[in-house]
Amino acid sequence: MLIFERSRPGRRAAAQRLHLEGRIDLPARFLRHGDPPLPEVSELEAVRHYTRLSQLNYSVDTQFYPLGSCTMKYNPRVCHQTAQLEGFLQRHPLAPAASGQGVLSCLYELQEMLKEVTGMKGVSLTPMAGAQGEFAGLAMIHAYHQARGDHNRVEILTPGSAHGTNPATAGMCGFSVREILTQPDGDVDLDALKALVGPKTAALMLTNPSTLGVFERKVEKMARIVHEAGGLLYYDGANLNAIAGRTRPGDMGFDAIHVNVHKTLATPHGGGGPGAGPVGVSERLIPYLPTPVVVYETGSYRLQGGDLRPDSIGPLSAFMGNVGVLLRAYLYLRMIGEEGLRRVSRFAVLNANYLAARLAGEGFQLAFPQRRATHEFIVTLQRESKEYGVSALDFAKRLLDYGFYAPTIYFPQMVPECLLIEPTETESKEELDRFVEAMAAIRREAAEHPEVLRTAPHRLPVRRLDETLAARKPELIWKPGGGSAG
Amino acid sequence: MPYIPHTPEDLKAMLKVIGIPEAKALFDEIPDSLLLPKGALQLPAPLNEMEGARLMRERAALDKPLVCFIGAGAYDHHIPAPVWEIAGRGEFLTSYTPYQAEASQGTLQVLFEFQTMIAGLTGLDASNASLYDGASALGEAVLMAVRANEPAGVRRVLLPSTVHPTYRRVVRTVTRQQGIELVELPFCSDTGQIPLEALERWSQEHFSALVIPQPNFFGVLEEVDQLTDWTHKHRGLVIGVVNPVSLALLRPPGEWGSRGADIACGEGQPLGIPLSSGGPYFGFLACRQPLIRQMPGRIVGRTLERAELGGEHPKAGFTLTLQAREQHIRRAKATSNICSNQGLMTIAAALHMTLMGPKGLREAALACHANTLSLVQRLKRIPGVRQRFASPFFHEAALELPLPVETVLTALTERGVAGGFALGADYPGLDSCLLVCATERRTEGEMEAYAAHLDEILTARGGCAPC
Repeated sequence: MLIFERSRPGRRAAAQRLHLEGRIDLPARFLRHGDPPLPEVSELEAVRHYTRLSQLNYSVDTQFYPLGSCTMKYNPRVCHQTAQLEGFLQRHPLAPAASGQGVLSCLYELQEMLKEVTGMKGVSLTPMAGAQGEFAGLAMIHAYHQARGDHNRVEILTPGSAHGTNPATAGMCGFSVREILTQPDGDVDLDALKALVGPKTAALMLTNPSTLGVFERKVEKMARIVHEAGGLLYYDGANLNAIAGRTRPGDMGFDAIHVNVHKTLATPHGGGGPGAGPVGVSERLIPYLPTPVVVYETGSYRLQGGDLRPDSIGPLSAFMGNVGVLLRAYLYLRMIGEEGLRRVSRFAVLNANYLAARLAGEGFQLAFPQRRATHEFIVTLQRESKEYGVSALDFAKRLLDYGFYAPTIYFPQMVPECLLIEPTETESKEELDRFVEAMAAIRREAAEHPEVLRTAPHRLPVRRLDETLAARKPELIWKPGGGSAG
Repeated sequence: MPYIPHTPEDLKAMLKVIGIPEAKALFDEIPDSLLLPKGALQLPAPLNEMEGARLMRERAALDKPLVCFIGAGAYDHHIPAPVWEIAGRGEFLTSYTPYQAEASQGTLQVLFEFQTMIAGLTGLDASNASLYDGASALGEAVLMAVRANEPAGVRRVLLPSTVHPTYRRVVRTVTRQQGIELVELPFCSDTGQIPLEALERWSQEHFSALVIPQPNFFGVLEEVDQLTDWTHKHRGLVIGVVNPVSLALLRPPGEWGSRGADIACGEGQPLGIPLSSGGPYFGFLACRQPLIRQMPGRIVGRTLERAELGGEHPKAGFTLTLQAREQHIRRAKATSNICSNQGLMTIAAALHMTLMGPKGLREAALACHANTLSLVQRLKRIPGVRQRFASPFFHEAALELPLPVETVLTALTERGVAGGFALGADYPGLDSCLLVCATERRTEGEMEAYAAHLDEILTARGGCAPC
């Protein structure tokens, strides 16, 4: 039932009533006729409605959530709690810096720590998500080439396995995209790279470890090839959890990177956001960093804007990005330190390799069995699909019945019927073993009763939903008495 | 590291299953030249939870509370107690973008309700499920308008200077690489509005859209009907940048002029999101039906269980939809690169709008308006202070001061008052002007104290704090 269907004219959460003197000094032409169409319910009705809705969700707090490339690790409550201390919450973004030395000191230290963790020379915290970090990175690269009068660098090279945001960002920055081939062993084909790179190359965008769940072993050579051709290198930090504290994009030769703090740095995903995507850059891109950045001068912290950074690509947000998210990431890094960071990557990779080995032991086919898995790995259900007529989607839906959120499916697109599985370091061996048992049980079901998979899920609030219908006849808002918009 | 559950026995058993002798081998595909030795990173020593919490409390205590009279795009509203109690539940907080619809009906239904509420507030047909913030939402709205309306291949958008200055900069950041021309229109120095005369010189030119802020950055109400009709007459699209709380009181973009605005966007922060030094907030974006497939970002739709599964009476459910627009399907040809949005903030906003209800939100809007009127009346009584623009305003107003604005603001800060936003840096002609705002949270006593402080500071004429 929708909140609008619970609405009764004249009912309200009366605790929100205001004592008005009713002064209004506006000409009638500016005014709304009647009240806005919002639900009219009591406070209890609202609380109960939304509490019940929350219970329909799978989440990290309630289920194993092995969603590949999304790093659904535990989000420490202390980070969440302390980012909401009154001092932080009440401060207006345009209040004087003197009244914000607490929050600004945290942000400044986070900038410095991210430089250290990534090996980059400059950091701006303002991008509000990974994709905005990518945008900032490519916009800086664009500005760099323009400033050098290098106007013909209009191409971005990227492997076909890249996250969809990579080519989409390239498009938004006015670049065209050329896909580089990947070898059967999962590494980028260096000859293919050499053939594509040239005077039109603005940059190579690379995720390393790649979305195939393997480390690009020839990354240093790739960096050399691209740099020698006058291009720059962009690092998609989505998979940083696999290498945190072990190796750094800066040392690999990258010029710009983003960090998904909602992945590696354990801030919650909130049903799709907010995240944050700070960008780090090499020396040559520092002048172009998005504003504001936090500076420490003569004993105090403040934000530095475009007036003192004339070459900046400009601001990306009205104020300072997702500050509250950055505070959570700050405390997380302070709590784990270097040793903790190295343990994060060790146990993330351990869990992935263990899970991969166990699933292979159960007869599942790994996409890259000859490679060491990173923090995630790919199972291909091509065989199951052929033998039992069940798809990766069917498997995913059946996993929901077993109380697990589904891995990422059909991505990367180059591996047929694939599951991209990322367990993260915060899951226990017992939880991984339960997942293996569920996968094995589903495989048996696929052999004996494939229709159980094809009609899954069976135990969730709704059966499998018709996405085609949703797209063909879009109903995007509720209307009294039914009907649709779209 | 406090959040890893493995015992030494687990580690040993798991390495055995993997078939490697020691954990080091987990990284054997990373070239030696790139591997860092232990201790190579200079990071502060780790803290336990007690120490970490203490550190954060110490830092938060440095951020001393000021009585807030600043608006300028972020507003100090009351947030009903249940909003974050419920939005902060782990089931909402720690879930991902709802790719598996059946296991995400909670988030999806709230987003669908949120879309309905935003469409209702703006008077438009559809809304997406959030963008990053108000400024980036305007950036996306501009890109959307250019995609939808590119007359004779001209990519030009009219962007009045009464739009929030940082929003304009953000629009520039995100449109610069795509060869979109942004035309800045001047404001009328007397009214603080977009003058129709400034538009006339564009009546013979091609352009994609006009951006109309309501209220505008000075708090002033624009003549939205005339501006909308003029734009439509010259085949442009109308993008409204609106304050969502004001929409409980003001005419929604969908009813501007004879045809209504085509797109509306804005900052969602006033709907239940704490100020928190600037974020996380969320942007909203709504539009007319023909533009739906040009919208960026996640969109939730209502659908049914698949016919072959649901039987005779399939249940309704919610799912992400129109995904063919999005980066993970469309890649380089997507409407936007946006992936993560501000989901949790929209859940809080849906709760906020529900708890406020039509009456509560309207009362909040009225109280903001009445408080700001009252504040302006008080401050105008101080010699040398005058209201800068002779136009109706919603809940912000520009005042002209007889002393340098920065001096006054510093003196007010020392008295515990965040006195407003200095307009001079963004508007060279308004060097002596201060933008003030009094939301429903400001009390008579606080406004009286503000007036007394300002009077004292201006009378002292030196502007220095009392020693």
